[in-house]
Amino acid sequence: MIALLIRDMRLAFRAGGGFGLGLAFFLIVTVMVPFSVGPQSELLTTIAPGVLWLGALLACLLSLDRLLALDWEDGSLDLLATAPLPLEAVVTVKALAHWITTGLPLVLLAPVLGVLLNLAGEGYVWLVVSLAVGTPALSVIGTFGAALTVGLKRGGLLLSLLVLPLYVPTLIFGAEVARRGATGMDTATPLLMLAGITAGVIGLLPFASAAVLRVNLR
Amino acid sequence: MSLWEYANPKKFLNTSERLLPWFWGLSAVCLVVGLSWGFFFTPDDFRQGSTVKIIYLHVPSALMAINAWFMMFVASMIWIVRRHHVSALAARAAAPVGVVMTLIALVTGAIWGEPMWGTWWAWDPRLTSFLILFLFYLGYIALWEAIDNPDTAADLTSVLCLVGSVFAVLSRYAVNFWNQGLHQGASLSLDKEKNVADVFYHPLLVSIAGFVLLFLALVLYRTGTEIRARRIKALIARERAGA
Repeated sequence: MIALLIRDMRLAFRAGGGFGLGLAFFLIVTVMVPFSVGPQSELLTTIAPGVLWLGALLACLLSLDRLLALDWEDGSLDLLATAPLPLEAVVTVKALAHWITTGLPLVLLAPVLGVLLNLAGEGYVWLVVSLAVGTPALSVIGTFGAALTVGLKRGGLLLSLLVLPLYVPTLIFGAEVARRGATGMDTATPLLMLAGITAGVIGLLPFASAAVLRVNLR
Repeated sequence: MSLWEYANPKKFLNTSERLLPWFWGLSAVCLVVGLSWGFFFTPDDFRQGSTVKIIYLHVPSALMAINAWFMMFVASMIWIVRRHHVSALAARAAAPVGVVMTLIALVTGAIWGEPMWGTWWAWDPRLTSFLILFLFYLGYIALWEAIDNPDTAADLTSVLCLVGSVFAVLSRYAVNFWNQGLHQGASLSLDKEKNVADVFYHPLLVSIAGFVLLFLALVLYRTGTEIRARRIKALIARERAGA
């Protein structure tokens, strides 16, 4: 499992792996926001938590189609499926590698971009906390979507159509934590809900992803 | 006599062919009676005026939009557990009907909301969760269309339906938490006393019956079409192999 994790991370970090593309996308989306809504700093302060969450979510989505497709093309996915490691574990490790290479950098980059959007002072901590708790769920759900569409020629658009509705609860609670944090309200309830979604998704969804992957490898 | 006998496509087709004229006829009668009764022979509500009459379209279609997804959920489960092709095809056949029901509910709701709430659309929990349901339907149909191999498509869409159901419920509660919204409470429920006056209630029940029958008729009809389409494909494949 660790070998697979290291392999996936190494592939993602090396040239052509697309690491950094997601981050650059996040940066560009955030920079585009003031251009589209105007540079009034109060307005930006209000929408900053939501925009940052949405940007992180889209950046996460962008890297999903490479998650399994490359392994599918060169056949290493078949090897992984016949390996002694259960497919559920393979899928979990892949999601973990995706989170380390995409989610974690997004979490770290988000406060920097918060400065650009004039995020309120108390908001930074809660933004990082909510993203840190929520992005693993995004990776795991995304892995499910990637497993569904892995065999398709033009799966990219379909992938977004399938995955985005599944992201709705995570986005609502995550952005709510960040918003409440920024306005100095109590964040405990949405944070617990967010953590609950992440925990439930990590515990259950790999089984669905593995089942779907088995169908696709048949 | 067991329900599982209808897993045999031939038996399913025979029975559904016998039932279909009844379903079509009854649903037409119920819809004509329910809607015209509701539209022309009920008094205007003293606060809402004549806009109250959209309830005869809005409530039944909203009800069927949710129940169609529920039916797809059950059918997908049957496909995963017992692998009856008819079940997978029925789920596939129900999806477009469900989309249309969701759309009717959303559009009639918007038409009613404009004079009553002063807005076509509000990010209210019920409205939002219906929109999300609509997106789930679209994703489900798109996945069916995208995959060539029918068995693979049935497997993948079934899993999507199961996972999607969980997330649809989750979203429902998430948006509920998010803001309490404009939409009034349920107008109908099985366990509470009814809160719609009898004058409006009886025609509403008739139109609901009409929508349920219409849904059944459409799903049976479309399932039959899917079965036949698959037969034609099999015949063509066999002929090609022979020639």
